[in-house]
Amino acid sequence: MTMRPDPTFHASPKLAMEAAAENFAYTLLLSPDFSKPDALAVIDVKPGSPTYSQIVHTVTMPNKGDEFHHFGWNACSSALSPLTGHAFIERRYLIIPGLRSSRIYIIDTKPDPTKAKIHKIIEPEEVFKKTGYSRPHTIHCGPDGVYVSTLGGGGKDGTNGPPGVFIVDCETFEVLGRWEIDRGPQTLHYDFWWNLPRDYMVTSEWALPPQFENGIVAEDLLANKYGHRLHFWDLRARRNVQTIDLGANHQMALEVRPAHDPVREYGFVGVVVDTTNLEASIWTWWREGGKFHAEKTATIPPEPAPKEKLPPLLQGFGAVPPLVTDIDLSMDDRFLYVSCWGTGEMRQYDVSDPRKPKLAGSVHIGGIARRTPHPNGKAFAAGPQMVEISRDGRRVYWTNSLYSTWDDQFYPDGVPGVEVMANVGRNGGLELDKNYFVSFPDGYRAHQIRLEGGDCSTDSFCYPSA
Amino acid sequence: MFDGLLLLPVGLDWAHASQGWLWLALVASGLYHGVNPGMGWPLAVSAGLMDKSPRALFRALWALAAGHLLATLLVLLPFALLLVLAEWQRSIQLGASLLLIGFGVYRLVERRHPRALARIPPTQLALWSFAVAIAHGAALMLVPIYLGLCQAFELDAGHEAAGALMKASLGMAVLVSLVHVAAMVSAGGCLAWLVYRHLGLRFVSRSWFNLDVIWSTSLILVGVVALGFNLASWH
Repeated sequence: MTMRPDPTFHASPKLAMEAAAENFAYTLLLSPDFSKPDALAVIDVKPGSPTYSQIVHTVTMPNKGDEFHHFGWNACSSALSPLTGHAFIERRYLIIPGLRSSRIYIIDTKPDPTKAKIHKIIEPEEVFKKTGYSRPHTIHCGPDGVYVSTLGGGGKDGTNGPPGVFIVDCETFEVLGRWEIDRGPQTLHYDFWWNLPRDYMVTSEWALPPQFENGIVAEDLLANKYGHRLHFWDLRARRNVQTIDLGANHQMALEVRPAHDPVREYGFVGVVVDTTNLEASIWTWWREGGKFHAEKTATIPPEPAPKEKLPPLLQGFGAVPPLVTDIDLSMDDRFLYVSCWGTGEMRQYDVSDPRKPKLAGSVHIGGIARRTPHPNGKAFAAGPQMVEISRDGRRVYWTNSLYSTWDDQFYPDGVPGVEVMANVGRNGGLELDKNYFVSFPDGYRAHQIRLEGGDCSTDSFCYPSA
Repeated sequence: MFDGLLLLPVGLDWAHASQGWLWLALVASGLYHGVNPGMGWPLAVSAGLMDKSPRALFRALWALAAGHLLATLLVLLPFALLLVLAEWQRSIQLGASLLLIGFGVYRLVERRHPRALARIPPTQLALWSFAVAIAHGAALMLVPIYLGLCQAFELDAGHEAAGALMKASLGMAVLVSLVHVAAMVSAGGCLAWLVYRHLGLRFVSRSWFNLDVIWSTSLILVGVVALGFNLASWH
């Protein structure tokens, strides 16, 4: 309990953009063969600092085989929700779920990020017992607790019952229980986010654990058995109010990015692959007249490539699918960043008109066939994957690993962990920063990035910017 | 804390307390509840900004006022009815004071806020305001002032017919609630309007102090002061 709200809580996205820039980037490291414990790396991102672009601290976990993926803060700007009225918690703890182990680590980042340490460990049994879910994935700080989405239900392979969302107390880190009261037709899960004052949540679908834990199941993909629906929920009533099917060929609807400004009742979702033509797509969803709608608003074509440049999985297709595996929206809701992990491209779309995204910038780096090196000359394995934008929208950071077993299928030559950063022009445009290149220790891959003081996929707001 | 201080004069002479002081305390409690962000003024700011209209701000204020008023009436009502039992007057006052102290101590020990509040949708501001006023003991804080005013107006004298007495005590309950809510909505409304029109959203997080302990202490303090003068007036 503090006397004042945390200074990194902001009432509106505009205020968040005006706040001081980040000094540290937290990045999750995973050991793909489970030979080493996973870790959290703290990277110095303060320009001019003698340790700029270097790992200045590492928190190594006491277990192996957790498979770190996504993570998040215990509290953020949503704590200023006028409905909750008690903004006296700190943005202090990082909540890191092990996607494979279902274990959750709580990391204390105070008094200093370079002294971050384990505060508490929630063992998998507690998650299983209290929620009936497994394989925790996305973390969002809500005004009334930490929301955690899961990819698995009960049982050893996570197929006993549907996956869903559960809530953890943001101070005691006690698992409180399931969030859903009525899930409607929802049986798969991936990402979720919300519009707090408009009181709705949006969730997406990836797959059940047997479809991803040992690698992508090509037969399931070609049979359109991966997720392809969006679910819209009444947030406080915890009820599924509408489900939109994007069409079975639009396989794997992953990251959900609502506009940060709560007066804007729209958002985006990325679809990994269209099984009819290997295309990736961006969809815009919006609420109008009390109903939700969604339409495909941008497509990214596959790139033909000779067989010898392709991994066995893709050789029959003679082309590289773009594989849009992450998207992220800038704090002012102007630019949408789209990771094309297959073709090795980071795209920047101007989404000022949300239903007409315009390509505003692009950089190539890595890629299955292109293998574009970093401008500093170093190799960049795999392609742009988890992307995070600074609050002010001037810097875009990304890493290169998707998921241990999938990395090996698409990039059999290995995926040494790398983190890079691109600078954004005032009116768009992207340019990789030659001086920012983080190589992680041997045997580690890098996944999601979180920025000190909040970032564009963490904070949600209850007041508009205007 | 300032709330408790303002209320101190309430019982300087509890038995024949100056009506002026009691009314002042009532208004002060309204102002105190009004400026407390936990009672809802930031919701009015949010509503005004979300709908880009000052009208939405005032609509939200009305809803908040209605909820708070209902909560106050609901809490004062049983005491208004009990006042008919004139010979129990002292026990009622004693009970009210102890209830307030007990609730304040409970709020001090149990810092968590009821999770049920998190289920109320943002479209139901009146319900939210009602639930928050009940859950935080906002309405309970008025009981000693109400009883004091009834006493000052000699509504408890017992020489009147029960019917007339009840009418008078119910009338006083309505009046006390209205005055309190009017003060609350003026303070909260002014603050909401200032932030909406002039100060900007930065003020929301800057002005927000943790009132949890102060609030609980205010409840206890009002209870203790009332109790002290209850006991003093017996001798």
